[in-house]
Amino acid sequence: MNRKIRVIDTTLRDGMHAVSHQFTPEDMAEIAQKLDEAGVDTIEVGHGDGLGGSSFQYGFAAASDREYIKAVSSVLKGAKLDVLLIPGIGTIEDLEVAAKYGAKVVRVATHVTEADVGEQHIKYAKKIGMEAIGFLMMSHMADVNKIVEQAKLFESYGADAIYVTDSAGALTPAGVAERIRAVKQAVKVPVGHHAHNNLGLAIGNTLAAIEAGADIVDGTCKGLGAGAGNAQIEVLIAVLDKLGYETGVDLYKIMDVADDIVAPKMKRPQVIDKDSLSIGYAGAYGSFLLHARRAAQKFGIDARDILIEMGRRKTVGGQEDMIIDVAYELSRRK
Amino acid sequence: MSDKIKAAIIGPGNIGMDLMYKIKKSKYIELDTVVGIDPNSEGLALARKEGYKTSHEGIKSIIGKKDIKIVFDATGAKPHSVHAPLLKEDGKIAIDLTPAAVGPYVVPVVNLHENFESENINMVTCGGQATIPIVSAINSVANVTYAEIVATISSKSAGPGTRQNIDEFTETTAKALVKVGGADRAKAIIILNPAEPPIMMRNTINTRVENVDKDAITRAVEEMVKRVKEYVPGYKLKVPPIFDGDRVTVIVEVEGAGDYLPKYAGNLDIITSAAVAAADKIAYRLLKK
Repeated sequence: MNRKIRVIDTTLRDGMHAVSHQFTPEDMAEIAQKLDEAGVDTIEVGHGDGLGGSSFQYGFAAASDREYIKAVSSVLKGAKLDVLLIPGIGTIEDLEVAAKYGAKVVRVATHVTEADVGEQHIKYAKKIGMEAIGFLMMSHMADVNKIVEQAKLFESYGADAIYVTDSAGALTPAGVAERIRAVKQAVKVPVGHHAHNNLGLAIGNTLAAIEAGADIVDGTCKGLGAGAGNAQIEVLIAVLDKLGYETGVDLYKIMDVADDIVAPKMKRPQVIDKDSLSIGYAGAYGSFLLHARRAAQKFGIDARDILIEMGRRKTVGGQEDMIIDVAYELSRRK
Repeated sequence: MSDKIKAAIIGPGNIGMDLMYKIKKSKYIELDTVVGIDPNSEGLALARKEGYKTSHEGIKSIIGKKDIKIVFDATGAKPHSVHAPLLKEDGKIAIDLTPAAVGPYVVPVVNLHENFESENINMVTCGGQATIPIVSAINSVANVTYAEIVATISSKSAGPGTRQNIDEFTETTAKALVKVGGADRAKAIIILNPAEPPIMMRNTINTRVENVDKDAITRAVEEMVKRVKEYVPGYKLKVPPIFDGDRVTVIVEVEGAGDYLPKYAGNLDIITSAAVAAADKIAYRLLKK
């Protein structure tokens, strides 16, 4: 029997970064319904920075968490509705609301070295009967031993699966494989990978993750996502199908969602340009892209200089405010 | 005035020890006793070495000692809710550094004068102490309709208490931004950064204002930074007000004094400094009575 791979679509969450969080609940319902019909296992929705993300810091979304979740849960028949929660941004109270309106899965996302800030959220999700996934972001910034230690923490809190995430799109296939392999050996629960395409490696890295033992992988229609985007889901499904993996997703149908439903809603082509490439090269957080461009314009400097400096300063996910700080300093240095 | 008001610290952890060193410099307070619950506590050993009385028998060791008038509680939310009524009954003023918030939120430079008579004051959070003065300053000249703060602290300076109750930080800070800062609505975000060497605490304050009077806002912020610096010397305006329509962004950095905790722990330093500054003013009033 072919090996089964669970695919989580994050077009309606990570993809929100690429549209500055402006999908409407109606957009989300339309896309989610088609993803569901195509056979996608799990669909993640909401602001790009997860529950409570709508803010000056990350950009205000077109609607509230509740409106998005409500709109999507009303159209899903088979797929599970998933939300992202970054402790420090979202809270248990936000999760309670998400669950009330139909979220069945939560991914509790922390920086790769800080899993313990997610303990309460994982435990709460389990208590109310949700599936809870520990999501270690920016995994390129830590070595294998550290990642294993943090993955085990998440497992000890009761997480149903652990993700090793390349939030900066900074890893190469060997780097992904060694991380996934080590975590897979260390924990009993399924292991997942979430890729970004800043170095043009999202599909390759996802494949490397699967070959190293990953059970769950993420993708988005047209690759829509922070930075240069995610693994393009229709491409991923085609590749996995060719290699004989079982995903449960219909290839033609997922192509149709991507080209006919999602593409017309996009604000700009999802490509690797000099700025997103700089993110991958510098190892900076993917969603810094549009914020850095805006700051570059305001302060009359090159967005690449901001992004490279953000990487050099070892900033972590969520530190969008540092962009203004860096841009201000760079502009004064000129 | 030759005498000083006697004080005690409950909770000989990082915060308690930093308080101990800060109280040494106080004009009006004299530390008498440090209280813990673990006989092998390193903090209690250090307090003994510094010449203070210590007890590992918890709060009961200071109840009834009428000369101790001010008690700093650096334990946790649950213990403080037990301590608060006992201290009140014993006529002691509680300076609460836990998230229990039994008494009103106090940010010394903003609203201490309104709470001089309170028998229990709460020091909000480190992020609150760092950002509420700025929001209050902007609000005083521009009317803040929404305030949003992002506190970024080094991973090393976030103890297990903060980590296991991270929601408490965001929720308490947001509430106090409204209650004390004067914003109509508020949101707080906290980020832990593990970079080595550890980063200084930095806080970004975003506000939406009604009256975008750039000069008045800039003056109010600069003036406020000076006033906070009086009790937190490492408080620094990193980025002066930046205007974008009705949005005003300010960034402040806090370097610790390095009394007990290292300098990068500005987040802990600002809350202990605020607590001692508040207690000092309260003690001064008690001495004058």
